[in-house]
Amino acid sequence: VTIRGKAYIAGIYEHPRREIPDRTIPQIHAELALGAVADAGLTLDDVDAYFTDSTIPGMGSLSMIEYLGLSVSYVDNTETGGSSYLAHVGHAASAIAAGKCQVALCTLAGKPRTSRGRWGGGGGEQPPEGSFEGLWGLAGAPYNYALAATRHMYEFGTTSAQLAEIKVAASLHAQHNPNAFLRDVVTVEEVLASPMISDPLHRMDCCVITDGGGACVVVSPEVARTLDRPRVKILGHGESPKHTNNGRVDLTYSGAVWSGPRAFAEAGVAQGDIDYASIYDSFTITVLETIEDLGFCEKGKGGEFVLDGALVAPHGKLPFNTDGGGLCNNHPANRGGMTKVLEAVRQVRGEAHPAVQVPDCQVALAHGTGGALSTRMGSATLILGQEDA
Amino acid sequence: MPMSPLPNPAPQPNLETQEFWDATADGRFLLKRCDSCATVIWYPRFVCPACHAIETSWFEASGKGIVYSYTIVRRGQGPYQDAAPFVVAYVELEEGPRVMTNLVDVELDAIEVGMAVEVVWHDTGEGNALYRFRPAS
Repeated sequence: VTIRGKAYIAGIYEHPRREIPDRTIPQIHAELALGAVADAGLTLDDVDAYFTDSTIPGMGSLSMIEYLGLSVSYVDNTETGGSSYLAHVGHAASAIAAGKCQVALCTLAGKPRTSRGRWGGGGGEQPPEGSFEGLWGLAGAPYNYALAATRHMYEFGTTSAQLAEIKVAASLHAQHNPNAFLRDVVTVEEVLASPMISDPLHRMDCCVITDGGGACVVVSPEVARTLDRPRVKILGHGESPKHTNNGRVDLTYSGAVWSGPRAFAEAGVAQGDIDYASIYDSFTITVLETIEDLGFCEKGKGGEFVLDGALVAPHGKLPFNTDGGGLCNNHPANRGGMTKVLEAVRQVRGEAHPAVQVPDCQVALAHGTGGALSTRMGSATLILGQEDA
Repeated sequence: MPMSPLPNPAPQPNLETQEFWDATADGRFLLKRCDSCATVIWYPRFVCPACHAIETSWFEASGKGIVYSYTIVRRGQGPYQDAAPFVVAYVELEEGPRVMTNLVDVELDAIEVGMAVEVVWHDTGEGNALYRFRPAS
């Protein structure tokens, strides 16, 4: 497969000015975006993929997608300095060739002339959402997730005891992982008795903070056939950012409502085919909302779904996070996405701990969450399977 | 302006938000409305995120709303180091947007999602004020 002839550059726009002290950086990106789509005879409503570098203030592309009000199925923030933008075009072509998107917007903007003497094109500029979110005492992740939990409880009657079941299931798995940061099995009562961090989330509703990391290697089918390891096939992938939607933030669902269906469709499988799921678990509420959003149960029914050991391997309805997850095992660099992939691979290989290995795990799902749940967030779903899946 | 029970870190107005923050000094909560599609825009910005028009106009909001969600922060950091417990909330303004803010002048166990609130301004000492919300009178 090549990208030759499978993508074209349809519109371009260069900002006419060379010193722009009267614009914010997001504003310049917006002008460039409008100019380029207009040149192509398109509008921003046609854009379904966004490529940019790491210099946008705030959450980078997520802040910019929100600012512009875009709805996209593909995001790329590859950061390779001045070469980034050639890479973005190449990545966009690949994504288009692969059917991931059809109209990819790529932007670059900065104000190094205005901010002379300061390193970086950002010039220390605040993100566009800047002072509207930064003044109220929120520092760190728990508080945004707590806001989501409060609203989920209000709309659907979800309880702290239901959230605690998620931590209990993770701890039952972590006891078998000699490397897990927390290996003690805990009870619902112990979760509820742990100190309140940000109501309604207790300390045990929160993931561990650990150093470390993970890695994986993706190879071609030809290479895979030469290797003496169980093959884990990538069946499907879906991603979607979610943002505050022009101030109409809805805290009750995550970007998984879009990334999930994309991954299921590409993989040609349904929820009932998933033998094991790695579900991002920065907090218990993250798991609850994600299970609903991926369609494992109806929206609002996650609290009931997780009862009665539903998440406990090997025989629960949806065995999850058999390494102990972020809640008990590992959350390296405050990012739990890689470890989600790794445990899904172990399950498909049949190499999870025997106590938690799902028998004949044909199809596994791994889901990642970034940023602040249901507000300004990244969402990505992978579906993996055995060779014959 | 009333005494603030919380620290009052000053905002950093930028080219797109200067008018908003300037108006806070007079206790006016400005919102932008799109001249083209009439969508009320939050946070204030150059382009309408609904229809992508760039012609927008400021208008004054009522300062009234309801609590959409809240959390009681039990451990403060930064300027809020010694402020805990305090309340961070999303308030849904009458005009539509849900804005992040603090709830003040309220007992912690009296807060409910859906309760009616009104804006109260707290001077930052730097030519602007923070919008916070208290139970509606």
